[in-house]
Amino acid sequence: MRLVPALSMALAALMLASLTVGAANVDLRGIFRDPQAMLVLLESRLPRTLAVTLTGAALSVAGVLIQVLVRNRFVGPDTSGTAEGAALGLLAITILAPTSALWLRMGAAALGAMATTALFVTVIRRLPPREVMLVPIAGLVLSGVLGAVVTFIGWQTDLMQYVGAWLYSGEFSGVIAGRYELLWIAGLAAGLAWLAADRFVILALGQQVATGLGLSTAAVMRLGLLVVSVVTAMVVTTVGMIPFVGLVVPNLVSRIMGDNLRASLPVVALAGALLVLACDLIGRLAIHPYELPAGLILGVLGAGLFLWLLHKRPSHG
Amino acid sequence: MDRSGWMLAGLVALLAALSALWMLQGLGAGNRGFVLGLRAGKLAALVIVGAAVAVATVLFQTVAANRVLTPSIMGFDALYVLIQTTLVASFGTAAYAGLPAGGKFLSEVAVMTALACLLFGTLLARGGRDVPRMILTGVILGVMFRAMAGFLGRIMDPSEFAVVQSVSFASFNRVNADLLPIAAAVTALAVGLALRMAPRLDVLALGRDAAVSLGLRHQALVLAALALVSALVAVSTALVGPVAFFGLIVAGLAHALARTARHRVLLPAAALIAACLLVGGQWLFERQLGQAATLSVVVEFAGGLFFLYLLLKGRIR
Amino acid sequence: MIQIEGVSHHIGTAQILRDISTSLPEGRLTALIGPNGAGKSTLLRLIGRLEPLQAGRITVDEHDVARCPTGCLARVMAILGQQTAIASRLRLSELVGFGRWPHHQGRPSADDHARVAEALDAFALTPLAGRFLDEVSGGQAQRAHIAMAFAQDTPWLLLDEPLNNLDMSHARALMVRLRGLVADGGRSVAMVVHEINYAAAWADHVVAMKDGRIFATGAPAEVLTEEVLSALYDASIRVGQHHGRPLVLHHA
Repeated sequence: MRLVPALSMALAALMLASLTVGAANVDLRGIFRDPQAMLVLLESRLPRTLAVTLTGAALSVAGVLIQVLVRNRFVGPDTSGTAEGAALGLLAITILAPTSALWLRMGAAALGAMATTALFVTVIRRLPPREVMLVPIAGLVLSGVLGAVVTFIGWQTDLMQYVGAWLYSGEFSGVIAGRYELLWIAGLAAGLAWLAADRFVILALGQQVATGLGLSTAAVMRLGLLVVSVVTAMVVTTVGMIPFVGLVVPNLVSRIMGDNLRASLPVVALAGALLVLACDLIGRLAIHPYELPAGLILGVLGAGLFLWLLHKRPSHG
Repeated sequence: MDRSGWMLAGLVALLAALSALWMLQGLGAGNRGFVLGLRAGKLAALVIVGAAVAVATVLFQTVAANRVLTPSIMGFDALYVLIQTTLVASFGTAAYAGLPAGGKFLSEVAVMTALACLLFGTLLARGGRDVPRMILTGVILGVMFRAMAGFLGRIMDPSEFAVVQSVSFASFNRVNADLLPIAAAVTALAVGLALRMAPRLDVLALGRDAAVSLGLRHQALVLAALALVSALVAVSTALVGPVAFFGLIVAGLAHALARTARHRVLLPAAALIAACLLVGGQWLFERQLGQAATLSVVVEFAGGLFFLYLLLKGRIR
Repeated sequence: MIQIEGVSHHIGTAQILRDISTSLPEGRLTALIGPNGAGKSTLLRLIGRLEPLQAGRITVDEHDVARCPTGCLARVMAILGQQTAIASRLRLSELVGFGRWPHHQGRPSADDHARVAEALDAFALTPLAGRFLDEVSGGQAQRAHIAMAFAQDTPWLLLDEPLNNLDMSHARALMVRLRGLVADGGRSVAMVVHEINYAAAWADHVVAMKDGRIFATGAPAEVLTEEVLSALYDASIRVGQHHGRPLVLHHA
């Protein structure tokens, strides 16, 4: 497949563009003679570009995993209560121990995300598997209900500003060196998923096949839950939830190259990074020198793509 | 009087009692006129919103031949918010704010009605056989409209952070008093028309095939009902913001209490139940618990759980 | 008479009906048969204006289906589509009562009530009349739907697989009832049937369809023969005789 080199080239080009575009233009050719530009590059542009790339890649991989876990193509980490769970965990730790260390906050977010995702997966596994469309609806409503709880607590405790930043903003303009590095953990978690790609493929075939092949489904499911929760928690805490990436990208890739995850997960990651980076760039250019959040652009673009998938997809999918 | 008559009379009496409680409880000696005026305005708003949400939901459930839907789940209120934002964007904030409130509202209702009939008429006509897919499409359309509204809001005023947030949840506290007379008029007109259509709505509830076979002009009636739904959703959204699941509870209660499928009973029963719940709930939370902001969250939370319950019970068809 | 001229129909890119012309005789019980996907239900739904006509012309007793107001057509024909789930909680008597709606538009007279009672009785539903639709079995609900179409009291009755969900005795009772409507009531019935022996035993006229075309039409004795049926279903089928009517043998 020549998809990987092509996507890599495109991603590299966009990353280069991302280094130069912003409120202050940076000319890469004169970079070594201009300390000011160098500072912008190292402190803001490079971290931002990396943050966007990592977020897109990790969220897309998380999307594949959650789709495997509930055996349904129409869900993503943003429509299964995961992001709201992470926000709930963060709220809890912020209220209970306002001065807690960063790693503790991350842990709380990941735990919250894991709890709600596990709840979602448990609920969905009890639905008859033929009800394909019920699963995403249940996920969206669960997200909505949890979101109402988060909003309410945030309101009561004067933390609405944080809640907004976690759940509704999804933007990268605040990223500078020293404030995005957690996303590397998300990237690592996604890499971990690739190592276990074959197991997830078998899991997607269903309990019977997995047992027949001697795979312990419980362990694989726990791994999947862990990766999805960690990725989502890191993204929510650093840049805020980015909608639809984890939902749309796995579907698009699966249409083109099928579901052999060992081959397709890298493509999923590349494509996700590419999509989010493109949206972030559009956000930076559309009303220059102001910015639009990438999450907002993806809200429109991703919803459109999703509707297309929903109605174009052959029914046997 | 038959059973339905007694039930409606009972609901009217209950609403009257709650209204009296709302108006008169804790009324001090001083400044009576002012306090009464304030309370009357809020009471009117609660009753109008209740009636609008209830009748819109029952109508929509009949048109969609589905008892777990509300217009808001299908993105009606998001469409209204989008239209509002678009109008502001195209006329300019200052110029638009200068227009009379009533005229503005009526033109919004007109645009909303036309668009909703076009969009949801097509959706319902196409989606008749695959209800879950239709719901999912509606939900995603809602997400998309909301993102588009946020997008436009950002373009209009890049520094405005709260555009997306302010339309994300309802509040029964910030009622737009300028709109009360026109909102009351629109609601009364729409409810009156719905009651006139009641016998035909009974036939519509049998499903498309049966309704056509019985000689109903199905398409025309569906569009008429959708137009009424749009106007009513515009009223409630303009007054208190989006209320997604409240209608679901109300319609469910109305069906359970009325124990009949006749719309001549169902529609007023739902409207009265909704008004009672809102007036009673607001009295409880605002006067007794001192938590004025809570009612909308509680209502949405309970409604969301009820929806999930219906979903998991397999009552979606 | 139902006259069908040059009717074609497609859904998306799939051609469902290809230039169909035929007629369904008045005062007869017509059975539409054919393999799955032949277009029988679509044709019936087009006649009953449940789907908009894309090409061609259909008239029912001289009423053009595409032009005539739907309210007027509802007094000429009643069509029962394949079982649809109804969202509202209705009692069986209420459902059957809606069959009278084309005649009274929401204000039933004593005569309407009498006809509803008659329809309930005719389909052995009187003991169940007060039950809700979701409290009865699939077969009982199916009978209620048929009773509703019956109560509509139209010259034409179009039924799409009415025997679905019915046990043997109720299926036979329905066929006897329809036969009686045709023979004594002077009404005309067109129905899609899958179990071919019901067509063999009760129909006056058979329309066999395959791949969106009319494959054969005529009296049961002409259409339900070994050659026609074997070609129609792409399988070797044997036909015997029972009381002077064809009997199709599946197990040969």
